[in-house]
Amino acid sequence: MPLMPLTVKQAVSRRRGQVLVGPVDLTLTPEGVTIVIGPNGSGKTSLLRMLHGIARLNAGTIDWACPLEEAREKQAFVFQTPVMMRRSVRDNLAYPLLLGGTPKQEARNKAEHWAEKVGLGNFLTRQATVLSGGERQKLAIARALIRDPEVLFLDEPCAALDGRAMREVEEILQTAAKGGTRLVMSTHNMGQARRLATEVVFMLNGKIHECAPAATFFETPSTPQAHAFLRGDIVE
Amino acid sequence: MSDLWNGLCQAFWMVVTLDADLVEITLRSLRVTLSALLIASLIALPLAAFLSVRRFRFRRATIAVMNALMGLPPVVVGLLVYIVLSRSGPFGVFGLLFTPTAMIIAQVIIIVPLIASIAHQSLRELWSDYHDLLISMNATQSQRVRAILWDGRRALLTAALAGFGRAIGEVGAIMVVGGNIDHVTRVLTTAIALETGKGDFALALSLGFVLIAMAIAVNIAIHWLTRTEQEGRW
Repeated sequence: MPLMPLTVKQAVSRRRGQVLVGPVDLTLTPEGVTIVIGPNGSGKTSLLRMLHGIARLNAGTIDWACPLEEAREKQAFVFQTPVMMRRSVRDNLAYPLLLGGTPKQEARNKAEHWAEKVGLGNFLTRQATVLSGGERQKLAIARALIRDPEVLFLDEPCAALDGRAMREVEEILQTAAKGGTRLVMSTHNMGQARRLATEVVFMLNGKIHECAPAATFFETPSTPQAHAFLRGDIVE
Repeated sequence: MSDLWNGLCQAFWMVVTLDADLVEITLRSLRVTLSALLIASLIALPLAAFLSVRRFRFRRATIAVMNALMGLPPVVVGLLVYIVLSRSGPFGVFGLLFTPTAMIIAQVIIIVPLIASIAHQSLRELWSDYHDLLISMNATQSQRVRAILWDGRRALLTAALAGFGRAIGEVGAIMVVGGNIDHVTRVLTTAIALETGKGDFALALSLGFVLIAMAIAVNIAIHWLTRTEQEGRW
């Protein structure tokens, strides 16, 4: 059963009584790359975490096209600061497969294949915690993609990366998108947003101010706040 | 000063000549302590992981009690175990009093809170790192516990070694429940207490040096065997 479309209605996520995001309405279609942009504290991370199910949904509904348990299995998340398990690169990559019941040898083979794919083939036995920032993020993305998720959420995956590492990460993401993985990603980098996005969600103060196809949004944003944000002004 | 020197010399000769009594007492000390450590670790480490991962109503109170129990007076533990295992006690029928098993039981009770507390401190930090990742990966509760136990194994080894240190040096409880019976329940610490009481300070000191050397040797051996100082090996 397909995972998408995703329909979000009046969804609200709170923490200790404070609204982090919402109420928001959103529909994500099965294809494309959705980029979530907005100033710091606008709720981008909270929106992604709420959609993925890490942050609590306090009101409203988030409906996948398949049952929730199945939906959880078909999605993955990449955090802004990659969480490296205290294991080797190979074991980090194999871990999600082992959780899903894949036999050990098959998981190791697939881990090695993915390590090669993202340029970490020479670091298989190295502890993941000693990798550089770019290598860590590539490992985190490979670990998220290794179970072939239908949807991949990425929370500013290139926030601390230099140009070269960012390009490598973008290439991995574009390959994944071409392979049919639906990407939902937040970023502060407008260049990256323009390169990757097919759809843009603009957030401000925990709410979605605008959701439009990328070309439309970047050419003719419909709200003055989005216009100001694209101009580089401070938006509140 | 001469007592110290005599103690050192005597310890050296006892070790070099493999004194039969010393070997017997040392092996018994190791057997009792390592058995207690194994059993305590099997209880304390999963408990620490469970307390790190699982949120439940009396979690904070449980952790507070566990931390408080670290300061449990060994002689009181010995007394309680004595009462429970004595002929008129609930487990008197097993006839365990004044046996190495009773000493192991007392040591387990003393070191479980210590190992669990130290392990919990480390695993709590590890869990705060892994929390979102493992939830995102849809890991079950037992998979989460296993992940932090495995990835936190170096810190858990430190916790276990702290438990070993406490157990090998323990005298109050095992004196009460073991009775310091020659060739049955006499271990290094109770032998030291006995020789001190008899005024044979040189022998007591020599046993003390052997005890210290053994504690250090076990620590070094475990670190060497598990290569904790070599990143990426273990």
